[in-house]
Amino acid sequence: MTASLLSISGLSAVSDREGGMPILRDVSLSLERGEVRGLVGESGAGKSTIAKALLGILPRTVRVTGGTVQFEGRDLLTMPARELRDIMGAQISLIPQDPQTALNPGRRIEAQLTDGLRLRRGLSSREAHARALKLLEEVQIRDPQRVLHAFPHELSGGMRQRVLIAAAFALEPKLVVADEPTTALDVTVQKQILRLIRDMQKVHGTAVIFVTHDLGVVAQICDSVTLLYAGKVIEAGATADVLQNPKHAYTKALMAAGPRYDRPDAGLEPVPQAVFEQLRAEIGIR
Amino acid sequence: MAENLLTATGLEVIYGGRRGVKVLHGVDIAIRRGETVGIVGESGSGKTTLGRALLRLVDVSAGSIHFDGREITHLPEAEMRPLRRRIQMIFQDPMASLNPRHTIRRILVEPLLLHGLAKNAAEAEARVAKILERVTLPAACLDRNPHELSGGQRQRIGIARAALLEPDFVLADEIVSGLDVSTQAQVLKLLKGLSVDLGLAMAFISHDLSVIRAVCDRVYVLRFGKVEEEGACAEVFANPKSDYTRILLDAIPLPEINPGWLDPKTGIEDAA
Repeated sequence: MTASLLSISGLSAVSDREGGMPILRDVSLSLERGEVRGLVGESGAGKSTIAKALLGILPRTVRVTGGTVQFEGRDLLTMPARELRDIMGAQISLIPQDPQTALNPGRRIEAQLTDGLRLRRGLSSREAHARALKLLEEVQIRDPQRVLHAFPHELSGGMRQRVLIAAAFALEPKLVVADEPTTALDVTVQKQILRLIRDMQKVHGTAVIFVTHDLGVVAQICDSVTLLYAGKVIEAGATADVLQNPKHAYTKALMAAGPRYDRPDAGLEPVPQAVFEQLRAEIGIR
Repeated sequence: MAENLLTATGLEVIYGGRRGVKVLHGVDIAIRRGETVGIVGESGSGKTTLGRALLRLVDVSAGSIHFDGREITHLPEAEMRPLRRRIQMIFQDPMASLNPRHTIRRILVEPLLLHGLAKNAAEAEARVAKILERVTLPAACLDRNPHELSGGQRQRIGIARAALLEPDFVLADEIVSGLDVSTQAQVLKLLKGLSVDLGLAMAFISHDLSVIRAVCDRVYVLRFGKVEEEGACAEVFANPKSDYTRILLDAIPLPEINPGWLDPKTGIEDAA
């Protein structure tokens, strides 16, 4: 099979809440099986909107005005709701940003981890329990039995994020959308979670769309990267190429704006106004 | 070496009464005039509590705090008040720290009148116009409410409000953690410039060691309510003495390809 796992082409969308303001402008990107692609940009870049489109959870106020989102050759945007439901969660799943709010506070971890296994995969309670236990071991939770019986509030942020990663991989999806999964975590925990996502992705051969604003995270975990500004793809390519040899002035400026502990004299250069003007001219804003 | 402006010794803070949780276990810290000191740590390290204790916003159960040579540890609020002008704070979330129902004009003018730094509204307005220029905001901002500004603009209003009162000491608690990198660079550069111009002493609390390195002269690394390591940034970052500092530094992903960065190296990381 030669077709890409995921192929977004010419995707455009406007926000009806903001008077029809474009929030995605002719976005195209593709993803191969097992590939990790970073979706980077500052706030308002449209990275989360793309993630939501992939998950079929675009808010009502966002109207797609053109383009296709092909997953294994089928357009997610025009697919009947029934077929979409079969794909979401099973073929495409989410690792959410905020581990504090993504779990149901009133249900034990076991119930939340086994829903999909029982209802979508037809496992018995006993089988689902065994599988959930396995999954928690796989995400390196030390006392999986205890965690299965715990409520979310009894777990630390890092533990909760591990549970959510286990849930995302539970049904062996082909694509995982990770939406800023480490933004709320301490750096030492972030490193462990990044390692875990990479390991799980490698073992299961899963493709990942990794939404982040941190070029450092991109450098360490993504094979390829798409940089957005105001809903437009500014630069895309293999991570090493983009970071070592950025072509667009905005990419260069972003690299120079981030402070680095190892280079006290570099970084902290605000993105020059001229770069924003260039971006606006290119994109055709105003 | 300039004299110390703000010092604390053996600081302890307990939350929740006598049998509560001790979150600071004897912290010593000294901030000299005109110096920017970084306070870094992970969640639960006590960095925010330390900042609040230094400002007398939470009560300490042991230890002492001196400001400008005077002990303020248990100074009654009425006696603290004249000092409040000289000790300012910039908050993490400008949306929560600026009154949403007030215009920017009122937010900036009122403290000047309250502290008697301006004799009348006209004089206060003139000073506000000046500081707005300094933080590169257009005068049109004055008639807006906080929600009409961008995050970066709001944070610059927070800085302007603190700087207007001509303080000797400013506490900045995670003031750029909610901002995009391009905006963050702008805010940090501005703050650094102001602290030099006004000769401010500053405590800069952050979880981000790269940000600390960019703006601070010295750094305190906090862990579990204790100072794990302290020293000049140049020294601590080039040559960390504590394993914990080393782990923190190693956990920061840099925007360059570093094969093997994610691979486990030793057992010490898990201990962190």
